[in-house]
Amino acid sequence: MDSQTLYDKLWQQHVVHTEEDGTSLIYIDRHLVHEVTSPQAFEGLHLAGRKPWRSDSMLAVPDHNVPTTTDGAGIDDPISRLQVTTLGQNCEHFGITEFGMSDPRQGIVHVIGPEQGATLPGMTIVCGDSHTSTHGAFGALAFGIGTSEVEHVMATQCLIQRKSKNMRVWIDGELRTGVTAKDVVLAVIGEIGTAGGTGYAMEFAGPVIEALSMESRMTICNMAIEAGARSGMIAADQTTIDYIKGRPGAPKGEMWEQAVNYWGDLHSDSDAVFDHEVRIDGSTISPQVTWGTSPEMVVDIDSNVPNPADIDDPVARDGVARALEYMGLEPGIEIRQIQPDLVFIGSCTNSRIEDLRQAADVVKGRKVAATIKQALVVPGSGLVKRQAEEEGLHQVFIDAGFEWRNPGCSMCLAMNADRLEPGERCASTSNRNFEGRQGQGGRTHLVSPAMAAAAAVAGHFTSPEDL
Amino acid sequence: MEAFTELNGIVAPMDRANVDTDAIIPKQFLKSIKRSGFGPNLFDEWRYLDQGEPGQDNAGRPLNTAFVLNLPRYQGASILLARENFGCGSSREHAPWALLDFGFRCIIAPSFADIFFNNCFKNAILPVVLNDKIVDDLFSRVAEVEGYALSINLPEQTITTPDGDHIDFDVEDFRKYCLINGLDDIGLTLEKSDAIKEYELRRKTEAPWLF
Ligand code: SF4
Repeated sequence: MDSQTLYDKLWQQHVVHTEEDGTSLIYIDRHLVHEVTSPQAFEGLHLAGRKPWRSDSMLAVPDHNVPTTTDGAGIDDPISRLQVTTLGQNCEHFGITEFGMSDPRQGIVHVIGPEQGATLPGMTIVCGDSHTSTHGAFGALAFGIGTSEVEHVMATQCLIQRKSKNMRVWIDGELRTGVTAKDVVLAVIGEIGTAGGTGYAMEFAGPVIEALSMESRMTICNMAIEAGARSGMIAADQTTIDYIKGRPGAPKGEMWEQAVNYWGDLHSDSDAVFDHEVRIDGSTISPQVTWGTSPEMVVDIDSNVPNPADIDDPVARDGVARALEYMGLEPGIEIRQIQPDLVFIGSCTNSRIEDLRQAADVVKGRKVAATIKQALVVPGSGLVKRQAEEEGLHQVFIDAGFEWRNPGCSMCLAMNADRLEPGERCASTSNRNFEGRQGQGGRTHLVSPAMAAAAAVAGHFTSPEDL
Repeated sequence: MEAFTELNGIVAPMDRANVDTDAIIPKQFLKSIKRSGFGPNLFDEWRYLDQGEPGQDNAGRPLNTAFVLNLPRYQGASILLARENFGCGSSREHAPWALLDFGFRCIIAPSFADIFFNNCFKNAILPVVLNDKIVDDLFSRVAEVEGYALSINLPEQTITTPDGDHIDFDVEDFRKYCLINGLDDIGLTLEKSDAIKEYELRRKTEAPWLF
């Protein structure tokens, strides 16, 4: 048989039917659901008198709208509340497992899937959310879909798709101390641009990726979509298997052995051919900070923001000038001079236990700078929160002047009460720095948890080693 | 879904790259549990001077008169001319719902983000990819000629300019077929129920832990 990429294998294992023009019906193993992109899909089912094909393939959780200040005590905003209760009603009606707001397992959909073992290697995983790419870290084919497709998967367990092209991002060498997965993925996006992966399934590989923990791999795949790729993926290996073992959704007994055996093939063959390949030397990557309104507008901590005057191409020059104006930044200033007003540690990119540990390491024994108006830590799930509290991390944050919140998407997209006011500047561990993403007129700088913590303490961007 | 065959309409220009779905429809409007009514809040943060909230009466809100869709010459536009990577960011289908509700049936750009591109077809919007040079030319023509309109013929896969020039475009057969016939693809897929069940039987032996 011809050699195949990981994506080729995953694709082939899930094809139910292919039309002459290449349009295929792909079987979906896991469907994750949240409150924002599902109500219209459920409504479609009701209207057509249809039922979900396999309710047991679904796992639902409210995350985007939930408040992070109270313990499941209800939502003040009536419109948000309606959306969350609608999810609950639909799940009950169709017999879908839901971790409601007062369930200790509630959290961000992309954090709880892996945590519960609902995300397994070799699966096709979809969710009405673009950061579904996160789950590709397990050697799975995972991607975000729109609401019509959510309804389609509910009703048929399948999606109509065309095969993407193959792209591999190979990270060589070894990371320097203080450089994390977030810096790696931001550097990749800086290199290839936010449309660099459009039309591709993107595999991350190489010595740097192999050495990363599962949580770090999730951070990388999470942001594949920010590089334009609908799915990001990493081969399954011993790290993957060790992470899954014993989780509630993991296969048990004899089936575990069978599954582990099957997962052993979930990697690209050594002579597989990619349509496009990018190589980056991991040892050249420094801590990253975005300065603009697109994740590709990113530089090293030791750099300066660009100056439109130095750019020849008029469309690019305009884009940079417009971003700097929105961000309220002088052309050419040093990144280290930029002073955030708020710090947000959270989101499906960086809210898992390792992220909190990294941030707490930096914060320990220090205080949030007096110029910072608010510093938030929002754990990715109730279970992450509990573990952090067992390790005493919450106390480290609280002692330093951070607020310790309940799980949810929170200030990643500001659909709940956590948001920036116009003109406010935030050092954020989330994944999008678009205009208005964290609140209308808000200004977002994307960084790693350690860098966010360092900015909170110093009052300006700096690397943790320089504190 | 409404069928799409031919469209003759005014073109409105959106002259910036990487227009994301947060910009197309800001997140506060995602709290709705309906599919309709998003048109008045399309590009809300660029279109109005105040901050929009769901459920608000939009008629009395202060307009940003400089924003392109507020200019009198583009009123009634049904074709949006855009730049690279249009529709990037969040997967929200509220973005095509808002564009459709506002009146856009066709978007022309040098490139689109994948999820958005796909969502358009599910909502009777035709996204057309044309090369940079043609898109550049169209931007200049739209700026020069007030009321600049294009005729789009999906069965023929051509766009006709006011000067009578023809521009051909590509579209996948299956998507074209669904658009022209206004087909709901759930119904089409359910015709293959037997194949899906067969697949499930096979997978239950290969990978039983998935069930
Ligand atoms: S944390 Fe942010 S990016 Fe992740 S699912 Fe929630 S809103 Fe989306």
